[in-house]
Amino acid sequence: MLARVATFTIDGVAPRQVWVEVDIRPGLPAFTIVGLGDAAVRESRDRIRSAVLNSGFEFPARRITANLAPAFLRKVGPGFDAALALGVLAASGQVAPESLFSYAVFGELSLGGELRDSPGALAVAEGAHRAGFARMIVPRERAREAALVDGLAIAAVSSLREAAEVLAGRCPAALPPAPPPRAGDRAEPDLADIRGHAAPLLALQIAAAGGHNLLLEGAPGTGKTMLARRLPSILPALTRSEAIEVTRIHSVAGIHADGLVAARPFRAPHHSISAAGLVGGGAPPRPGEATLADHGVLFLDEISEFQRSSLDALRQPLEDGCVTIVRSQRALVFPTRFMLVAATNPCPCGYAGVGDRCGCGEADLRRHRRRLSGPLLDRMDLLVNVERPEGRELRAGPTVDSSAVRRRVAAARERQQARLAGTPVGCNGEMDGRLVSRHVRLEPAADAALAGAYDSGTLSARGRQRVLRVARTIADLEQREQVTLDHVLTALALRQRDQAAAALAA
Amino acid sequence: MTGGEPAWHTGRPDEPSTAMNTAGRACDRCLARPWLLERLRGHLDRVRGRIAATLALPDEGLIAAVAGADRERVTQELGGFDAARARVRCRRAGVEPICRCDPAYPSPLTELAAPPAVIHVAGDLERFLALARDDGVAIVGARRASADGLEVATALARGLGAAGLVVLSGMALGIDSAAHAGALAAAAPTVAVLPGGADRPYPAARRGLHRRIQAAGAAISELPPGVEVRRWMFPARNRLIAALAAMTVVVEAGEHSGALITATHAEELGRIVGAVPGRVSAPLAAGPNALLARGAAVVRGAQDVLDRLFGVGAREAAAGADRDPLSPALSRVLADVAGGLDTAAALERSGRRPEQALAALASLELRGYVRRQAGGRFVVVI
Repeated sequence: MLARVATFTIDGVAPRQVWVEVDIRPGLPAFTIVGLGDAAVRESRDRIRSAVLNSGFEFPARRITANLAPAFLRKVGPGFDAALALGVLAASGQVAPESLFSYAVFGELSLGGELRDSPGALAVAEGAHRAGFARMIVPRERAREAALVDGLAIAAVSSLREAAEVLAGRCPAALPPAPPPRAGDRAEPDLADIRGHAAPLLALQIAAAGGHNLLLEGAPGTGKTMLARRLPSILPALTRSEAIEVTRIHSVAGIHADGLVAARPFRAPHHSISAAGLVGGGAPPRPGEATLADHGVLFLDEISEFQRSSLDALRQPLEDGCVTIVRSQRALVFPTRFMLVAATNPCPCGYAGVGDRCGCGEADLRRHRRRLSGPLLDRMDLLVNVERPEGRELRAGPTVDSSAVRRRVAAARERQQARLAGTPVGCNGEMDGRLVSRHVRLEPAADAALAGAYDSGTLSARGRQRVLRVARTIADLEQREQVTLDHVLTALALRQRDQAAAALAA
Repeated sequence: MTGGEPAWHTGRPDEPSTAMNTAGRACDRCLARPWLLERLRGHLDRVRGRIAATLALPDEGLIAAVAGADRERVTQELGGFDAARARVRCRRAGVEPICRCDPAYPSPLTELAAPPAVIHVAGDLERFLALARDDGVAIVGARRASADGLEVATALARGLGAAGLVVLSGMALGIDSAAHAGALAAAAPTVAVLPGGADRPYPAARRGLHRRIQAAGAAISELPPGVEVRRWMFPARNRLIAALAAMTVVVEAGEHSGALITATHAEELGRIVGAVPGRVSAPLAAGPNALLARGAAVVRGAQDVLDRLFGVGAREAAAGADRDPLSPALSRVLADVAGGLDTAAALERSGRRPEQALAALASLELRGYVRRQAGGRFVVVI
């Protein structure tokens, strides 16, 4: 007898439908799985046998052949267990085969017959919905996540037995309630924790408002990481579609706890990370840190210590908002719309600008600058120096808190969206030269100052674009349509040292 | 040079030898000397004590003093020296040699105990000879200079260049390069005395500066073109800097800096030595402060140098760069930056809003009053 069960595999971060076909024939007892499965799929034979028997069903002592279709697609992981087991039960008549027609099935099995959670439930649920299934069997732990998809009835089950009962017509158990917030599980870190750091706070706010990538420069221990860590808290809240995308990615990567992700991601990979770890890759291709930071913040601490190849790999993701990974059979696209925040020491010893502590010579500084330079820095609109706060400032109260700043940022973003409506661009940080010249209107004094800086060689053409974008955002934060001299001057003070100008001075 | 022979060859064109040709103006005999120095470059690195005294030895004495077991071989090779090849080598490298037999040989160098037999000039030879006749000021100092030191060196060279003086230095990283760059910024010629071959920028990172110096002034060396730098060549070239300059100014130098060797040579030659005073506690001020304690001239700017060279008030340094006058608020910020509140954060602590502090610094930077350094520090441009 033949049975067919629908399930899904994760390809990159997208679902792909897989049909599990189980055929039982008379013959010597055997259980074969064909269809390009990996080691975890081959091992699932033993899990399924034990799970079926331990759930009080009978394991047919005949010749069982299971096929995972389409046969050309490589199948990875233990997510097919539940579908295979239900297929065996249906093919042996222990479950009505037609009851499976409206269901998609997802989950891993334990030897005892429990349904275990498996990464990527949300992606699978989206795939099931898109493929026209009305209902889906999901392990209980992942039920709330799968239920984020509208128009798909979720049967949250905790065992194979329960799944069979649901297929027999019993009403599935209600979705588990959201877990109560655990104590000590504080929400995002808040700007109110920060003392002093007036200029970096301003830069953080501008970066958040305009979607500008930010470079923090300062001696060790001055608070660069602490500042960067608080950027997500002042970014506008995730929209529902953004939150679903983030949840799907994090679920696939197995770093997601439960339900819908509420906070913007913050990813801070160590500088020893490889290019594949940063932008995704491997076999099968898995999302990298850039994708895990989608709609959030990617923080590269000690950016000068990263391998050149890793940083260069970030170029396409930064430019395009996605990364394409080509494998023999297909190309996978991972979304990578993140804000980049990088931190660096001002010099190799780290103490340039701190009294006389720095012992770095001109050659050291030059080498350091060269390590930093490159295409990635071209994408950094803002540079701010982070200094050690004074003791007096540490003892004073907080100067701002995240919610107030978030409101200002949101208002500034609204202005940008209204202005940029009809373009593919959503914020000032993404404006190209054409949009800059159309939307950044300078008052005469500001125009003159900028022209002076450009003519004297202080500013390169690209540096000028960056200054204009940032000045536009500063004006937006102040709810002003015209960009004034002060806006331009502040933007100039927060610009990167120009490589060309620096070389000329040497 | 040796024994009873006439020490100074006159390389006149009517001499039967092939002493003169298109590649510069150096006679065969003198060209042998730089060849010998190059041949002995490894041995000379082992010389203890003062290299200048060793370099003052005549050829045979020099070979006897440093060549050790190689003595005979080197003497033999010297006997077979081929001047024509040396000239071809110079021509190929674009370097013009001039020897001390030539009447145009820079006279300040003849005051040395042993003037270099040949000066190799990368750049225009005639221009170098004219520059060597002019008043020159050497500006030397530490390689690992501070931002302020570089600023002072640049400004000093700019001021002296604008006043029509020739700035001499060694093109090393730090103060030396800043001095050359300052002179070039004032569109004034400048002379770099290099430790190795004149055609060979040392350090290599100063390729661009080397090119600009050759175009506007000259890069010179006592060694043949292409010679790689050895340790002994640094103190050796320092004596040339000291001799060529009417005054040597040390900007920043540690206690054992090579710049102090230049100053010592200058003192011995009876040249004027000046030093830029620094904070007593700063290690880089130890050198200049020690010189000041020994009686060196205090140099606060180009005017001090001009006063010392030509008499007080005889020549006026050009006024600083033309800059827009500042508003009272910006003047206060500039005074604060000069007074040590030299970062945005420090200015905020003095009661300014961050936007104000940042905008004020940017405004001062645009108008050329301050310059941004690594770590977000600003220095006041002199």
